[in-house]
Amino acid sequence: MESLAPTNLPLKERMKIDRQSMPSQEPNLRNANFGEVNLGFSEQLALLEAERCIQCKTPKCISGCPVMVNIPRFLNDIVKGDLAGAAKSLLGDNSLPAVTGRVCPQESQCEAQCVRGIKGLPVAIGFLERFVADWARKNNGAMTRTTPSSTGKKIAVVGSGPAGLAAAGELVKYGHEVTIYEALHKPGGVLVYGIPEFRLPKKIVDQEVTRLKQAGVKIECNVVIGRTYTIQELRDSFDAVFIANGAGLPVFMNVPGENLKGVYSANEYLTRVNLMEAYNFPEADTPVLIRKRVAVVGGGNVAMDSIRTAKRLGAEQAMIVYRRTKDEMPARLEEVHHAEEEGIQFELLSAPIEVIGNEQKWVTGLKCVRMQLGEPDPSGRRKPVVVPNSEFVIDCDLVIVAVGTKSNPLLTATCPDLKLNQWGNIEVDENGKTSIPGVFAGGDIVRGAATVILAMGDGKKAAGSIHQYLATLKTQ
Amino acid sequence: MHRIVSKCQLSPNVTRLDLEAPRIAAIRKAGQFVIVRKEEGSERIPLTIADADAAIGTIALVIQSVGKSTHELVELNLGDSILDISGPLGVPTELIESGHALCIGGGVGTAVVHPIVQELHQRNVTVISVIGGRSKEWIIFENELKKLGEVVVCTDDGSHGLKGFVTDAARKILSTHPIDIVYAVGPVPMMRAVAELTRSLKIHTIVSLNPVMVDGTGMCGGCRVEIGGETKFACVDGPEFDGHLVDFDLLADRLSTYRQQETEARSRHTCRTEVNL
Repeated sequence: MESLAPTNLPLKERMKIDRQSMPSQEPNLRNANFGEVNLGFSEQLALLEAERCIQCKTPKCISGCPVMVNIPRFLNDIVKGDLAGAAKSLLGDNSLPAVTGRVCPQESQCEAQCVRGIKGLPVAIGFLERFVADWARKNNGAMTRTTPSSTGKKIAVVGSGPAGLAAAGELVKYGHEVTIYEALHKPGGVLVYGIPEFRLPKKIVDQEVTRLKQAGVKIECNVVIGRTYTIQELRDSFDAVFIANGAGLPVFMNVPGENLKGVYSANEYLTRVNLMEAYNFPEADTPVLIRKRVAVVGGGNVAMDSIRTAKRLGAEQAMIVYRRTKDEMPARLEEVHHAEEEGIQFELLSAPIEVIGNEQKWVTGLKCVRMQLGEPDPSGRRKPVVVPNSEFVIDCDLVIVAVGTKSNPLLTATCPDLKLNQWGNIEVDENGKTSIPGVFAGGDIVRGAATVILAMGDGKKAAGSIHQYLATLKTQ
Repeated sequence: MHRIVSKCQLSPNVTRLDLEAPRIAAIRKAGQFVIVRKEEGSERIPLTIADADAAIGTIALVIQSVGKSTHELVELNLGDSILDISGPLGVPTELIESGHALCIGGGVGTAVVHPIVQELHQRNVTVISVIGGRSKEWIIFENELKKLGEVVVCTDDGSHGLKGFVTDAARKILSTHPIDIVYAVGPVPMMRAVAELTRSLKIHTIVSLNPVMVDGTGMCGGCRVEIGGETKFACVDGPEFDGHLVDFDLLADRLSTYRQQETEARSRHTCRTEVNL
């Protein structure tokens, strides 16, 4: 910390500093290992970058953040050399900063609002968040923890993904007793089964979960709500319930050949590799198919995670097949850029119409048609239209389908009172309240597949609503 | 942790473990399964709940030792524990409220048939069970099923009961008894043969499918099967389906997906076990 001398640079000097880039593993090394791609800022880089913040009187960056992190405050603490202060400030606003510092799409949230981005590049808020969060992880003992007085209220949280963890983190701060029920054997939800090690090391999720446990959150794994217990049973034994079980059901393309051997949903492929550690087979017991020519269908972050995983598992031809162009890809720019650097090929304006197999029913190719962009659809993206007589075949021996997920009916089917929308997502009001009193919901089960930070925002907001709801119970 | 309170070898490669799992024991229904994981690094394996004792809080799992993971499970001893058990999963069996049922179990599938017969018996449905195996030593759950109704045993070599396949005995019973519904659980060729037999007789037939699974909650889609031309997830839509609608070829084929990896894991496991000896 000695290296971070307090500075008080004038505005003019601050404006002269260029945005610092994130040190990362060389593309040709990292595409063959599962180590983290981004290596993190040094203290010097962090100080330099934090000084780029001009401490706006009315900062817009905060409103760009779904959990409203007070960004200028923790950046100013960095500049002052007070990393413990920065960590305390950041953790007060965001219960999982080491996660969001790595996986948030800052470029379209806080950083999109940064005034420095009007002429030039915005402050690298995400990189700094990660820096402070990592400092806090390494200096856990230096952080003072205040234990709130117990309210005696019990809350059940369904799901230990980003929404559930964020809600639990907030609720224990209020002094409530929180139990999280997780269906899988390990807490973290999409953070452990979905996002690969090279983007979010599992150790970090474990540490964040441990921090929540130290704060008093109880986590019970292997409990499938809708099967092991119903929502009604939880409602009977808890004062409130927060449902955050995610959008777990994979969507397939619904084309012929999709049940051939060698076709995975991205969920299955990533779960095998990440949660079940199949990259380590046969040391780990769960296998995954290792193939040389892999095609991933889709253009989102999950598609990028899948194809970059395949590359690391030895694919010589690793290809993204997407029906629009790079401009319409929902994946983060950084992920697309990293994928390109790692040698991922992009077969754009291509839509699969059939998975082709051999006599033994193994995948041998993906038959596609060419697309062209037509008029914008309701989402504002230009709608892809089929080019007549444009069929072609991509030779491949593994196809991974990453075209989205939908809500898992396992829980909702056993809770008929819970009002759903036409896609099976739980309906909530602006405070996260469902149609059942005392039952709240957030994250992907409400939104459909969205981002980690939006789910966390829901969790934080619902925690506030639950706290208010419990207060009204007390006065009754 | 789930402690093993009883262990019993039922046939040369089939073992019954009774484990502590009080919540699951209290609420499980016929046709449901659990996902077990022996320890850190182990696979998640789906296993049907063959029986349960709600009073003492235990469930019975019947395990056929076929690969490394199942072999490791049956190597466990009384008093040892399994790290994770999740469930009860899957849709409970579609049961009839009265009448006559024919329940057919082949090999380890007989253990899956057992809870179905239990629940039918409770409802005063008259049950005839037909169970089969290679020879006498391969027949399981015969005594348990006898308590619940008539049992016909078939062995390939005639060393116990009738000589022949379960389908031969089933055909005779179907021609002489008024059967309202058939339940069949066993190897894929057996379930296919039963379904073919009952299709022409237009008798509703339920089979239990055992595709490869990972999470067991609908999340991965690895267990997809085709039912009447439509893709279903066996873990959440099943594992029991109308036998007349199942694409058995697809099921058998997808079950072979990891054959190469299974062989590799098993040979390494066997080597190590021998070194340890």
